[in-house]
Amino acid sequence: MPRYLAMIRIDENDTHGGGPSPELQQRMGELLEGMAKEGVLLDTAGLAPTSEGTRVHWQGGRLSVTDGPFTEAKEVIGGYSILQARDKAEAVEWTKRFLKTHEDYWTLTVEVREIGEAGIPGVGPNA
Amino acid sequence: MAVDHASEHPRRTAHGVERTIERTIETVFRMEAPRVIAGAARIVRDVGIAEELAQDALVAALEQWPDSGVPDNPSAWLTAAAKNRAIDLVRRRERYARKLAEMGRDLETAPPHLDEIPDLVEDPDAIDDDLLRLVFTACHPVLSAEARVALTLRLLGGLTTAEIARAVLAPESTVAQRVVRAKRTLAAKNVPFEVPYGPDREARLGSVLDVIYLIFNEGYAATAGDDYVRPALCEDALRLARQLAALMPKEPEVHGLAALLELQASRTAARTGPGGEPVLLKDQSRGRWNRMLIRRGFAALERAEGASGGMARGPYVLQAAIAACHAHAGSYEETDWERITALYGLLAARAPSPVVELNRAVAVSMARGPEAGLALVDALAGEPALRGYHLLPSVRGDLLERLGRHAEARGEFERAAALARNARERQLLLRRVKESPSGV
Repeated sequence: MPRYLAMIRIDENDTHGGGPSPELQQRMGELLEGMAKEGVLLDTAGLAPTSEGTRVHWQGGRLSVTDGPFTEAKEVIGGYSILQARDKAEAVEWTKRFLKTHEDYWTLTVEVREIGEAGIPGVGPNA
Repeated sequence: MAVDHASEHPRRTAHGVERTIERTIETVFRMEAPRVIAGAARIVRDVGIAEELAQDALVAALEQWPDSGVPDNPSAWLTAAAKNRAIDLVRRRERYARKLAEMGRDLETAPPHLDEIPDLVEDPDAIDDDLLRLVFTACHPVLSAEARVALTLRLLGGLTTAEIARAVLAPESTVAQRVVRAKRTLAAKNVPFEVPYGPDREARLGSVLDVIYLIFNEGYAATAGDDYVRPALCEDALRLARQLAALMPKEPEVHGLAALLELQASRTAARTGPGGEPVLLKDQSRGRWNRMLIRRGFAALERAEGASGGMARGPYVLQAAIAACHAHAGSYEETDWERITALYGLLAARAPSPVVELNRAVAVSMARGPEAGLALVDALAGEPALRGYHLLPSVRGDLLERLGRHAEARGEFERAAALARNARERQLLLRRVKESPSGV
């Protein structure tokens, strides 16, 4: 059963008056609890804003370090979860349920990617 | 706020949309099937019929959802569809029973009366209870171990017969028969659809845990076949263990099993080499151990200790504690072998078995030297349960090798290779014969 990284991309400037509503938090809490009970949700967390982040870049044998915020990016990764699902269709279905806990005024993109593990050809550091 | 499937995929052709929504429905059904079956089984008291009713609910969804869209709560929709059919069925049976009674005949077993049927309001705790009943029924001791495994994978793991057949290396027809016969046995023996609370609860829970562990182990160290590991089976078992831990949070042994499987699964990537050959624990590259699974294993072990409330640790908690020692160690040599020896001692006292004794011998050999380990292994030589068990000569060969008794070691590895049913393990043992320094 493959594992998936779901990267939740948000627009940092779109703060919706200070973050998720209590109702959203409750709906999401219930969903995440259900996903944990199903053995699907292995790990999840939100990330601190990019203003507290740093990018370390390696190119042409040189390092460069840039502190956030990363204003040039419209959407940045605001959180992640690691899911274990029978297939990508199931991971996508859980992702839809996650998105549907949000109010209509939210704009979010979740990128679902399979985690490369031993045995998956052409994927991951161990390939 | 039903999702309109057409707007989800605006650029697809009508036919493409239909196929897409069919796939979505099948995915959703697969995710919800155990709950749907469990809910229907509580009403009809027969897992075979409940499974058919769940299939009927799937057919209804395939007919209705392409027009209506996927409902907001597809689980509730499917469960209600199956339960409604279940109630219809029970009503028909009741009418039939009344007719028979009117005709002066008697029924051996009365069907459940409709008054006993719980209402259809979706209470999450009630769904959990139904799921637990399904777990205990699928793992009921009236069934053979093979039947329990097949039924558990089918009803709770959501695997198709073909997938189970691939997983357990049996022909599909054999597995299909096994499942049919298991359902028939449950019905014939009137196995109640319930979670046992009486004096047999501990033994029945033990049976559930053993089935999940058996599934895991068949994937982790395949007893037969060409592949040394079949990770898919491990992951099915791990998911079942995680689900069970959520359903029975007060049972230390359930958390113990979850912890054990998380910790063992954390080593999966390191347990085979590039060519699929087994890599022994002492030779594994520990950087390839999955840190997230180790963390989850530690957390589950903590929950187990917390739930035990100071009671003596059960066999799965003890095995998880042993696995945790390995996970904590930076290398094979740095492992706390004294602690592992002590834990195996507790395990041998709690659940005595020659296999545990063999493992204890390995731990003793690491803590106190190969001679001490060999004495324990030699005491197992006449053990009938270990006759034909390749790991007995394999361990003995290893200890002899460490003692410099190479000729004897080679003999043991040869014996072990002849007994090993897994092709990869056999190759590893034959390699050890070749690599053992000759002359002594």
